[in-house]
Amino acid sequence: MTDASASSFPATSGPNLASRRLRALLVEPKVMIGGGFILALIVVALFAPWIAPRNPLDQDLILASLPPAGLASAEPGYYFGTDDLGRDVLSRLIFGARIALIVAFIAASLAALAGTALGLLAGWYRGWVDGVISRLVDIWMAFPPVLLSILLVAVLGAGVGSVIAAIAIIDWTRFCRVVRAETMAQAEADYVTAAHAIGFPPFHILMREILPNVVPALLALVSLEMGIAVIVEAILSFVGLSVSSDTPTWGGMIAEGRQFIHQTWWVFAAPLAALFATVLAFNQLGDGLRRALDPVLRR
Amino acid sequence: MIALAILRRLLVALVTLAGVAVVVFVLLRVVPGDPIAMMISPGASQADIAALRAHYGLDGSLLSQFAVWVRYALRGDFGTSISLHRDVLALLGERLPATLELATAALEFAIVVGGAVAILGAMARRTWLEPVIDTVNGLMLAIPDFVWALALVLAFGVVWPLLPLTGRVDPSVSAGMTTPFYFIESLLRLRFDVFFDLVKHLALPTLALGLPLAAVIARVLKGALNEAMAQDYVLLARLKGMSEVRLVLQEALRNAIGPTLALTGVQFTFLIGGTVIIERIFAYPGIGNMAIEAVINRDLPLIQGLVLVFAVIFILINIAVDLLVALFNPRLRHA
Repeated sequence: MTDASASSFPATSGPNLASRRLRALLVEPKVMIGGGFILALIVVALFAPWIAPRNPLDQDLILASLPPAGLASAEPGYYFGTDDLGRDVLSRLIFGARIALIVAFIAASLAALAGTALGLLAGWYRGWVDGVISRLVDIWMAFPPVLLSILLVAVLGAGVGSVIAAIAIIDWTRFCRVVRAETMAQAEADYVTAAHAIGFPPFHILMREILPNVVPALLALVSLEMGIAVIVEAILSFVGLSVSSDTPTWGGMIAEGRQFIHQTWWVFAAPLAALFATVLAFNQLGDGLRRALDPVLRR
Repeated sequence: MIALAILRRLLVALVTLAGVAVVVFVLLRVVPGDPIAMMISPGASQADIAALRAHYGLDGSLLSQFAVWVRYALRGDFGTSISLHRDVLALLGERLPATLELATAALEFAIVVGGAVAILGAMARRTWLEPVIDTVNGLMLAIPDFVWALALVLAFGVVWPLLPLTGRVDPSVSAGMTTPFYFIESLLRLRFDVFFDLVKHLALPTLALGLPLAAVIARVLKGALNEAMAQDYVLLARLKGMSEVRLVLQEALRNAIGPTLALTGVQFTFLIGGTVIIERIFAYPGIGNMAIEAVINRDLPLIQGLVLVFAVIFILINIAVDLLVALFNPRLRHA
């Protein structure tokens, strides 16, 4: 993919554009910090059973409501304390990262895929195709996203699959609007005129010439969307519409912690901190990607 | 010309609204799950179920159900809530003012705080303060209302128990209020005890909703101000000896408001959407909180009414913003 896209960039960019872009990414501090945190989180989520000190579902009422390490009456080995049922908060946090990341990656990819496809069509063919797609985007954006996601999950039934579907169904418009505008701008460029003159078929120009030039703008958006997906998943588990309560999720932990916030505030604070750090990391990564890949901003 | 533009805008709004109505209706009908099944008691007979189904107009085809619903909706009859057994329009009328009060408070907060930060940032151009403002603002932009709300619950519920965490007003204080618009009514009737209780309850949800919008306004307005400050007319005013403060407030601000307004409008619709979960977290009795209850209870008539109300608010905001932007843009005004 990289080779194909590099060779189809305008001649002034040269064939080693891909490697230059990669280098620009690696010197951008926001990409390193945000990306580094996400990578660490992925590792933690993948190896959760080996990293987590205990089974996140094990209840032990004798060790219930233990405060985190460093506070009075804390037990050694329970670094973030336990909840009202005696479950280890740190272990639940680590396993909760799995759901957060699964939803983030799949939902954002699906939304990007659908939005990009429709945005390319609208921006390239214009006319009635654009009319229909743009009106659809308008209707979609007239729904409050949180309400629509709750509505969709209630309709589809609670569960990770529904959460992912809901996010993709709601947020494809973000990608569609950007890709449509970007496609329209690219379609005016000289290299597209040249491609027409060579005699490439329109669909070939769209997929092989224009799409690779839209991808940089898309990457930053995907990273931001992953942050949004993490939040939406947390909101839906908070309301009780995500996975069943057997699976630890950050939003579910926050909802449980909310009930006993005056007694065991750490059950509430720990997943909130994890949520905050993850969203911030996706945001910084997206911001850094945009800076590094946008030739105008980079200058 | 302007009248024609407004007319076209309204027409597009109507098409969008019709689209929203169709989408909600279809979405709620084609999916599995029978609302009647949730209402009946275990011993109900088939005849009882059929009667109930007919009562709510759920026995016809999808198309006839939609026709029935539209005909009644145009008359202002959105049906009866299945879970609350009350008229949907009346329920919306009771709850909507609470949400409007919250959203307005959050918008005002965001404009004041975001505007102040932007002006401060524009005046502090090329000083040590500017990167500080930019960095803090950049972080604020990344934090969504949901996270703000939870952080505020933690701060004020545990660390610093100053403000109430739930509700709209203390029932013992608000007794005697005759309209659902508590804020305006308490001011008009000089009931300052009610007013201050409202403000205390509104503080946390307003902060949670307003802070993300304030960050957006600060970012956009500061950018627009900086751009305006580089223009020739500002240079001329500076040569005439105008002070930096007056330059920013009088010359630059006037030209920076237009672009900021357009974006604030879009972001305000996001804020309205955010009321759903924020009202839930703070147990605030608005339409957002009611929407979550309605969805959990599969209360179809209520859900439809709520989604339409949200859609109407969104569309009205968009139209209002378009008009305001035209008002602030002299080129569009005379066109």
